[in-house]
Amino acid sequence: MPQDIQPIAGEKQTTEGRLPALQGRFPIARFQSLIALFLLCLALSIMSDKFLTFSNLWNVMRQISVNICISVGMTLIVLTAGIDLSVGSVLALCGAITAGLLKNGIEIPSQNLYIGFTVLGAILAGGLTGSALGAFNGWAITRFSVPPFVATLAMLTVARGLTMLWTGGFPISGLGDTFLFIGTGWFLGIPVPVWISIVVVALAVFLTDKTRIGRYIYAIGGNESASRLSGINVSKVKIIVYTLAGALAAVGGIMVTSRLDSAQPNAGISYELDSIAAVVIGGTSLSGGRGSILGTVLGALIIGVLNNGLVLLNVSPFWQQVVKGLVILLAVIIDKSNGKGE
Amino acid sequence: MTDTATLLEVKHITKRFPGVIALDDVSLSIEAGKVTALIGENGAGKSTLMKILSGVYPDFEGAIYYKGETAKFAGPKDAQQQGVVIIHQELNLIPYLTITENIFLGRELVTQYGTMDKSRMRKRTQELLDRLKLKASPDSQVFKLKVGQQQIVEIAKALLTDAELIIMDEPTSAITGAEVEVLFDIIADLKAQNKAIVYVSHKLDELFRIADNYVVLRDGKSIESGEMAGMTQDQLISKMVGRKIEVMRKTTARGACEPLLEVKNLNLKSRLKAGNVLRNVSFNIGKGEIVGLFGLMGAGRTELLETIFGLHPAHSTGEVLLGGESICCDSPARAIAAGLALVPEDRKKDGLILGLGVKNNISLTTLEEMEDFGTLNDSKECGLADHYISELRIKTPSKEQKAKNLSGGNQQKIVLAKWLATRPKVLLLDEPTRGIDINAKTEIYKLIIRLADEGLGILMVSSELPEILAISDRILVMSEGRLTGEFSSDEASEDGILKAAIGVSPTAVGGQRPAVGGQTRP
Repeated sequence: MPQDIQPIAGEKQTTEGRLPALQGRFPIARFQSLIALFLLCLALSIMSDKFLTFSNLWNVMRQISVNICISVGMTLIVLTAGIDLSVGSVLALCGAITAGLLKNGIEIPSQNLYIGFTVLGAILAGGLTGSALGAFNGWAITRFSVPPFVATLAMLTVARGLTMLWTGGFPISGLGDTFLFIGTGWFLGIPVPVWISIVVVALAVFLTDKTRIGRYIYAIGGNESASRLSGINVSKVKIIVYTLAGALAAVGGIMVTSRLDSAQPNAGISYELDSIAAVVIGGTSLSGGRGSILGTVLGALIIGVLNNGLVLLNVSPFWQQVVKGLVILLAVIIDKSNGKGE
Repeated sequence: MTDTATLLEVKHITKRFPGVIALDDVSLSIEAGKVTALIGENGAGKSTLMKILSGVYPDFEGAIYYKGETAKFAGPKDAQQQGVVIIHQELNLIPYLTITENIFLGRELVTQYGTMDKSRMRKRTQELLDRLKLKASPDSQVFKLKVGQQQIVEIAKALLTDAELIIMDEPTSAITGAEVEVLFDIIADLKAQNKAIVYVSHKLDELFRIADNYVVLRDGKSIESGEMAGMTQDQLISKMVGRKIEVMRKTTARGACEPLLEVKNLNLKSRLKAGNVLRNVSFNIGKGEIVGLFGLMGAGRTELLETIFGLHPAHSTGEVLLGGESICCDSPARAIAAGLALVPEDRKKDGLILGLGVKNNISLTTLEEMEDFGTLNDSKECGLADHYISELRIKTPSKEQKAKNLSGGNQQKIVLAKWLATRPKVLLLDEPTRGIDINAKTEIYKLIIRLADEGLGILMVSSELPEILAISDRILVMSEGRLTGEFSSDEASEDGILKAAIGVSPTAVGGQRPAVGGQTRP
């Protein structure tokens, strides 16, 4: 009944109307990212004979897995129309805490007390740290109505400072083979970090597509006031989302620490930007309510492959940054022109 | 009346969008010094026509003759410079800028040194405000004004450029009572200055008051045009919808029986200024009763519904009982659990998630019931959506269609569906038919009556008196945060209600039983 559908000002009908089967979380526009990624890979395999080798591809995947983990958390936050600038610092702190506890345990000389940590214990402690910092972000944002940008900017500084305090400014290295398995090991022919990111992505897709919380995330990002009136506990959902993002930053931190066999006090600097780039290239709207986890995965892949390719082609690191920036801009421009029809 | 020169003529305009013909061979003429009412249901093509006239859509088939010559508007700014301005339904003002800054936005006056000529702009603004009888300083920030005053600032913006043709799109949708009168005075002034006005409104009684001519659009075609004099409301309606609809009239009066919702001494502190937004509001709603709540803008109607629904727990005092039990609603979730539902005034802002599909909007309030072992069950959601799409006759190409692509009436039905899904005992409706076409309105009235017959208690806020009079069993009137009148449906009159709403008699009606014959003395 065409007269019932308001012709939206001079713009094309959405493709969704005609292809109901393909709509939803993975809209047609995403195929363009997929094609872009494919063309990128094709070009790189022609331009460099090293690109299309197993060792290189696994290397790319291993590098991307950290960004994928934190970008999944970032996607959840951006879907609620928020942002998290603190992921890089939180990642560093969690990595450092895990490494510190694993290597040195906790010593309280005055009480003559020493607590040692197993690998699992140290990892849990790191994860809890990340979750707690994320929860704190969410609490500050919802309880005091601090804009997410500001609250997480504060956390960026706080967590970096805490990392420096914890490490004294020096790397914590020599963490033992068991721990190194997380970042460097292989399982069923696939690197462990890749497994971890696959699990994280699968869980996040399940969360966003199949659970109530996932629907609430989209609803809040789409219209917070209507969501609140619908009886959704907006604050609770947001705190959960920021907590998850913190936990995922911890996962990333543990992976980075394990891969390098060292917790660097300045690890993760500017990771938040790579992560936001992946989210944006993946088509998630920074104003919330629209986007997908799989889009973000594609975004992270595009950035990772691009990084890798520019290195292989011996492009100067300075030019690499310029190219990366322009790609981000281009991706969003393309996405905007697709999104107009909606 | 002044001379009846044709100012603008539209000849055989067709405007196509992919898949839709929005305007199909439309012709009409607009005379200077007259108010032309543009009438049609939602989707009839009114907005498209207005956008063509105001230069938003420069491409179309057909021709516009303006002042006797073929006109071509390259864009809104071009149209403006040629003397055609549009006042949009949504206010396009920048809240934190002053009235002066808003009026001169994009066309600031400059001094010979290239700096802004603030004193000259301020003076022009003051002149315009005086002319429009708006008592506000040119330096006051727009967000501090009432909606009605903001509307007048919009008009001032239009008058700045010496417009010949002023298009007003639903100018009274956000204002009531006295503010409407001010607007009508302004329109009369403009007419006297030989300006042409195109007036778009769903409120037919307004059109009969101010319009000289009418143009009816239906399904993108111009159906008829002529002079308002001699037309009746029923005739116009039948031209719009193409068939006759009977005026809503209740057959049986549902007398107030057992009280279902009892509100006792509700107070709400104002967050912006000293004093209360709600003052000792007490009333009951019976099972199966439709209570209409009327009041002017700012009377506290919306705040009353919000407070009952638990949106202002920190600032309110008083008691709400449902079925005799006290419910302490400190959040919408609690209110919903207790059996309340609130259909908010602004469905786009507070009612719907526009970017989500019809199905996901309908299931949003009852997602817990859609779960199996913590996972959403899509077939349950589809079942729920299908049920309400057919029951409320929501017209949508599919249940996945995004809410923003539907017409106002169908959007409102989605909001109703999502609340009916919670199986409420009491339905709080805030302007349930605002901005939707007459067919959809009728359907919603019928639905409200049916729900009341099924035993729901209904509290309906509305600014449209005919609507309140048509379907309410009892009518409450608010003014400045107080209940100032209570009328049974038999004795209610537009006159008495309006007097109570203006607050002529501040005798508050307390929490007594619905007083039959409890009309306040003016």
